[in-house]
Amino acid sequence: MQRARFVTRVLKPAIWLGALVPAARLAWGAWTGDLGDEPVETIQRTTGLSTLVLLLCTLAVTPLRRISGVAELIRVRRLLGLFAFFYASLHAFSYFVFDQALSASEIARDVVKHPWVTVGFTAFVLLVPLAVTSTNGWIRRLGGRRWARLHRLIYPVAVLGVLHFLWLVKKDHREPLLYGAVLLALLGLRVLVRRPLVKRSSRRVQAPDLPAARAES
Amino acid sequence: MLIGRPCDIRTTEITDERLFWDRREWLASVSMGIAGFCLDRTPGAAAASGGAAAAGKGDDKLTPFETVAGYNNFYEYGTDKESPSELAPKLLKTRPWTVSVEGEVKRPATYAYDDLVRPHRAVERVYRHRCVEGWSMVVPWLGFPLGDLVRRLEPTSRAKFVEFTTLADPVQMPGIRRPVLPWPYVEALRMDEAMHPLALMVTGLYGRALPAQNGAPLRLVVPWKYGFKGAKSIVRIRFTERQPRTTWNVAAPDEYGFYANVNPAVDHPRWSQARERRVGEFFKRPTLPFNGYADQVASLYAGLDLRANY
Repeated sequence: MQRARFVTRVLKPAIWLGALVPAARLAWGAWTGDLGDEPVETIQRTTGLSTLVLLLCTLAVTPLRRISGVAELIRVRRLLGLFAFFYASLHAFSYFVFDQALSASEIARDVVKHPWVTVGFTAFVLLVPLAVTSTNGWIRRLGGRRWARLHRLIYPVAVLGVLHFLWLVKKDHREPLLYGAVLLALLGLRVLVRRPLVKRSSRRVQAPDLPAARAES
Repeated sequence: MLIGRPCDIRTTEITDERLFWDRREWLASVSMGIAGFCLDRTPGAAAASGGAAAAGKGDDKLTPFETVAGYNNFYEYGTDKESPSELAPKLLKTRPWTVSVEGEVKRPATYAYDDLVRPHRAVERVYRHRCVEGWSMVVPWLGFPLGDLVRRLEPTSRAKFVEFTTLADPVQMPGIRRPVLPWPYVEALRMDEAMHPLALMVTGLYGRALPAQNGAPLRLVVPWKYGFKGAKSIVRIRFTERQPRTTWNVAAPDEYGFYANVNPAVDHPRWSQARERRVGEFFKRPTLPFNGYADQVASLYAGLDLRANY
C-alpha cells in the first residue's frame, strides 16, 4: 500500500481507536458507577497520563520521520496533538469543577500559590492557541514560518507537563521521572537527527516538518 | 466525639456473620473479650469524648468496607493505593505477633499479641479519618483506649512521649526494599495526647479483625491528627523522655510535622488543607479544625503556635 494511503486508512483510524480507549474506559466507569474508590483521582490520573503520553507521541513524530524516512508520518501529528488537548481539557475541567467548584478566586489562589498547579495551568493555557491554530486555514493565515514558530510552544508545554506531574507526587518520583527521561530522549533526538537519515526521492520539496497544508486531512 | 451509630444490634449481627468465616478471627475476638458479640460502648467513654454528638457537621456516612480496606496508604507495600490490599493479605503474617515494650517503663517486656490485647475490653468507635493528602473517610474502628494500655504498662515519671514502630521486614513487605521512606516507620505522641480518651489502639474495623492492609493486627488511630500519625502493624512501643523523630517528619521536614493536627488554616507547602474530599464523592467539603474533634482536644494545645508546630 502506498505510504500516504497507509497513513490515512490504517494508521489514523488506529490512532483514533487507541487514543479514545482511556476516555471510553472513564465513560464506562461513570456509566456503571465504578470509577474506583476515588472517582476524581481516577479521572484526573487517567486524563493526566493520557495527556502526557499523547504529548510525547506528538513529539515523537518528527524524530521518527527523520529516522525512518517516512515523511508521511507528519499526517498523524495533528491528530495526536489534538487528542492530547482533548485529554488536557478533560483534566483541566475536572480540576476546575471537582477540585475548585468553579471558583475563580480559589483557582487563582491555587495557581499563584502552588507551583505544581502553576505549571499545569500554564501548560494548559499554552495548549489552547496550539489547538485553535491547528487547522489548515490557520496554517495558511499565519504562513508556514510563523505557524512553526508558534507551535514550538509544544516544547515548554511538554516540560511543564512533566514538572506538574513531578511536583505533585508525595514521595515516589519514579513515574514522572520516567516521563521526563522519555521527553529528554525525544528532544535529544530532534537535536541529534536534524536531517532525514534515509534519503528519499520526493516529488515535492517542502520545508522540513511542516505539514503540507493541502495534504493534511 | 462518638458519632452514634443508630443500631448496635445490627452491627453485632454483621460481626457474627463475618467472624464465622474465619475461626482464627473469631478466637482473636473472643480473647479480646467480645464473647457473646457484645460490642461495648461504655458510657464512660461516651462521657469522656463529649457525648454522642449528632453527625451535624456535614453528613458523616460510613465509608464502605470495600473502600476502607481497598484504598490504603501503606508504603511498605507500595506507594499506590491499591498495592496494600493486593499484597498485604498474602504477605503479612499477623500470628504469631509480638510487641516489645521498651524505654521509660517499669517493666520492659515483650508481649505476645493476645497477652497485650486480651485484658482490654473492646469498644467500637466511629471516627473521621483525614489523610494529609486531602481525602477522608468515616471508619468504624474496633479497639481499646490507648490510655488504658499506657496506664497498664506503667511508664516512669521520665516518660514524656510514646513511640510506635511498625514492622519493617523486607521479606513480608516488598516496599521496604526501596528507601522511599527511612524505614522502619516510626510515629509518636506526647504523653497527654496518648492518654486522651480519643486515642485508640485498634484491632479491628467494621466489627471484624483488622485487614492486613489497614495495619493488622494492631495499629494506632488518632482521629484529630492526619492519618499518617496512625502507625500500622505495631511491633514496638517505647516510652521516651525526648521527642522521637517521626518518619514523615524525617523524610520531608518542611511538609510533615510531629504534631500533624488537622488544621484547615495551615496549608501543606504544596496544597491547601482547607478542604477535603470524602472518598467516593466528587465535590470537596470544608476541613474541620482538629478533624471536628476540637471540643475534645483543642485544650491540649492551648498556647501552642499551631502554624509553627504543624
